[in-house]
Amino acid sequence: MANFFLDNKDLQYHMNHPLMKKIVELKEKGFADKDKYDYAPVDFEDAQDSYRRVMEIIGEICGDIVAPNAEGVDHEGPKVVDNHVVYAPGTAQNIEVMAKAGLFGLTLPRKYGGLNFPLVYFVMANEMVARADAGFENIWGLQDCAETLNEFASEEQKEKYLTRVCQGETCAMDLTEPDAGSDLQAVMLKAHWDEARGTWLLNGVKRFITNGDGHISLVLARSEEGTTDARGLSMFVYDRNNMAVKVRRIENKLGIKGSPTCELVFTDAPAELVGDRKMGLIKYVMSLMNAARLGIGAQSTGLSEAAYREALKYAKERQQFGKPIIEFPAIKELLSNMKAKLLGSRALLYETTRFVEIYKDYTHLSHDRKLEPAERAEMKAYTRLADAFTPMLKLMASEYCNDLAYDAIQVFGGSGYMKDYPVERLYRDARITNIYEGTSQLQVVAAIRHVTTGTYLNQIKEYEAQEYEQSHLKDRLVVLRETYEKCVAKVTATENNEFVDFHARRMVEMAAHIVISYLLMRQAGEVEDYRASAELYVKYAEMQVAAAARYIEQSTPADLELISDVENEA
Amino acid sequence: MKKTLKIVVLAKQVPDTRNVGKDAMKADGTVNRAALPAIFNPEDLNALEQALVLKDMFPGSRIDLLTMGPGRAAEIIREGMFRGADGGVLLTDRKFAGSDTLATSYALSRAVAKLNPDIIIAGRQAIDGDTAQVGPQVAEKLNLPQVTYAEEIVGFEGEELIIRRRLEHGVETVACSLPLVVTVNGSAPDCRPRNAKLVMKYKHAITPSECQQDEVSCYADLRTNRPYLNITEWNVSDVDADDQQLGLSGSPTKVKKIENVVFAAKEAKRLTGSDRDIESLIQELIASHTLG
Repeated sequence: MANFFLDNKDLQYHMNHPLMKKIVELKEKGFADKDKYDYAPVDFEDAQDSYRRVMEIIGEICGDIVAPNAEGVDHEGPKVVDNHVVYAPGTAQNIEVMAKAGLFGLTLPRKYGGLNFPLVYFVMANEMVARADAGFENIWGLQDCAETLNEFASEEQKEKYLTRVCQGETCAMDLTEPDAGSDLQAVMLKAHWDEARGTWLLNGVKRFITNGDGHISLVLARSEEGTTDARGLSMFVYDRNNMAVKVRRIENKLGIKGSPTCELVFTDAPAELVGDRKMGLIKYVMSLMNAARLGIGAQSTGLSEAAYREALKYAKERQQFGKPIIEFPAIKELLSNMKAKLLGSRALLYETTRFVEIYKDYTHLSHDRKLEPAERAEMKAYTRLADAFTPMLKLMASEYCNDLAYDAIQVFGGSGYMKDYPVERLYRDARITNIYEGTSQLQVVAAIRHVTTGTYLNQIKEYEAQEYEQSHLKDRLVVLRETYEKCVAKVTATENNEFVDFHARRMVEMAAHIVISYLLMRQAGEVEDYRASAELYVKYAEMQVAAAARYIEQSTPADLELISDVENEA
Repeated sequence: MKKTLKIVVLAKQVPDTRNVGKDAMKADGTVNRAALPAIFNPEDLNALEQALVLKDMFPGSRIDLLTMGPGRAAEIIREGMFRGADGGVLLTDRKFAGSDTLATSYALSRAVAKLNPDIIIAGRQAIDGDTAQVGPQVAEKLNLPQVTYAEEIVGFEGEELIIRRRLEHGVETVACSLPLVVTVNGSAPDCRPRNAKLVMKYKHAITPSECQQDEVSCYADLRTNRPYLNITEWNVSDVDADDQQLGLSGSPTKVKKIENVVFAAKEAKRLTGSDRDIESLIQELIASHTLG
């Protein structure tokens, strides 16, 4: 009888951010649906009450069904039968229950049968699902592909596909190929227009496709013959009912074993073009990718939550030298740092989500009517913040969830290394989060321009301008910001791009530590419960920023030769 | 066959006796209801699922929950609506207080008679009293056939409902004409989850008494435009019941004594199936007057 929403006060805290009122009103467009749909909210309070109730349903399903199924799913995994995926029984049950509870199409408009929930709640739901079973989060969370259809597809396509997503059909995004991983410009899968059949036909191979046998797939394909770069790529939607794609194999992975990672063979597979030709990678994949990165932020935070809870429980139960091991300072400190990172991840997750949400809602609004100048300015500002915070979140949350899973095993000691406890599964599951949807290194590539152009610094100064109860902490954060500014100035002054890249991760992480510190400090000002974690996080941030700053202080472009020379040494 | 059914599910709000803490009993040996969360009786949820399966088979069918209890038991009806029931009736009156199973069955049977359903489905028993008497007694009072220990309502064959029963030594499939009473075992499939849209649709459903207590608006406009948000409440006179057969006067059950049994922890004992072990166990049990 576990409920992953009700047992998580920190998660509930994030429902009540002051921006929520704006977010809900934007999403509900003045509560215009209230007379058309019997389940639409009539005002802000009514909406929040509905969200809370639905989060409770998800929390209960995660606690009572998805989490207990996770071990079996991890052991059995999906299979390929007759060129198609058969899920592990636990996965099939999870999908069935989620569908019966009406939890597909969470954010989609009501006219397609969706719940029209703000993104914040989709992220919360993803977090809970990932805490229960990170692999299942992939399958359920892929419903956010439908958001890309909602944004760019034709009304006819939306009618056809979104309705099905809301009824419980699953999605996939087919991007990667054997020779096109991080570099998607190299995608080769061919799309050609067949005049006789009056449809686009897809031919080729996709690899590492999560839930590749899902009902509805968004496929990146080369529609312009003779091209070799991004400008020849378009986005297509493929309907599994056509039965023209075979699953050649499922990868045997380290973790998230419940989530089928497929190699797909397209043979004259009919597909519909989504949006404009040649905009596949440039526009639509970027949209998919940003949503997916936010999703990984949620998945990582959910995994961190699971790892922390397992470790804490064990540390209280396990007795050595006549007392529970949590009473030993080394273990206690380990756990307290885990918690600070967990709360930090979550704080950054919801801050980022709010930014993404507001810019998306304005985008949708701009399709309905012309935006006022003030709205346009706001949309621009939030777009920039969303752009800056998404890779920062993906980087930090995924690295932290690896830290937490690693530390959780450490708390368990030898027992944690055994299959008898769930922490080894969490450790394996966590390992993919800083790889897929763009590795940590690629998140840094996306984030660095916000270091050099000052997006992060400006936002940090915004935070700095606010009042905080913990003024002693704030003074210390001002020092960190000054250090960060000095480092950035030093590195960028060289006007050497390679040197900037060399220190990019250090600088992005410095900014992230300061941002997270402010977020936790703001929480601590509101709720006494966050006082210790905020203070601990600031200490951790100081240590990390000092180390990075020291490195940068001592660094010159000559270091670039060092990292090359070392390879040739003994 | 095309048909629509009128189904009534008997459900009870019970203290959650599965998670009994040390405050579960008061010093006088009665249940401390305040210390135990009030929940939907688990087997009544199995019963509701069977009703919902029937509604899936015959779209357009209507499911009403019938529950007897204090005002707060309206929660059970909402809980049912969140999972797919169409509405319900709260049978509530001070005169019902203190009813044993006989008086309860009488009251419920009066309400069922007024609702006039094709099928009445109930959980086998409630986890607070564990009597398993109410379902069968309702059937007797209404002079209806009853199928107990049901695990699955399979569907219709002609005009007869086919039901699979779980018995001690196996499974029995029976056919029964309508109207009838079915009581459902906990081994039947779990009830489906609350559905997000239904929760949002029905969350403002309240009884007239709840509306009076509710000092906030209780979304009066909404409830005028959406009649299904008004949960029916019936008292003794609404169901034309005889006062004498209700409450304490209608309850022949007399509780002689309640003992608070404290289990003294003892070491576990492992026995093999050998004749010698069994013989020695029997001797021990006879010696402790457990047997014989």
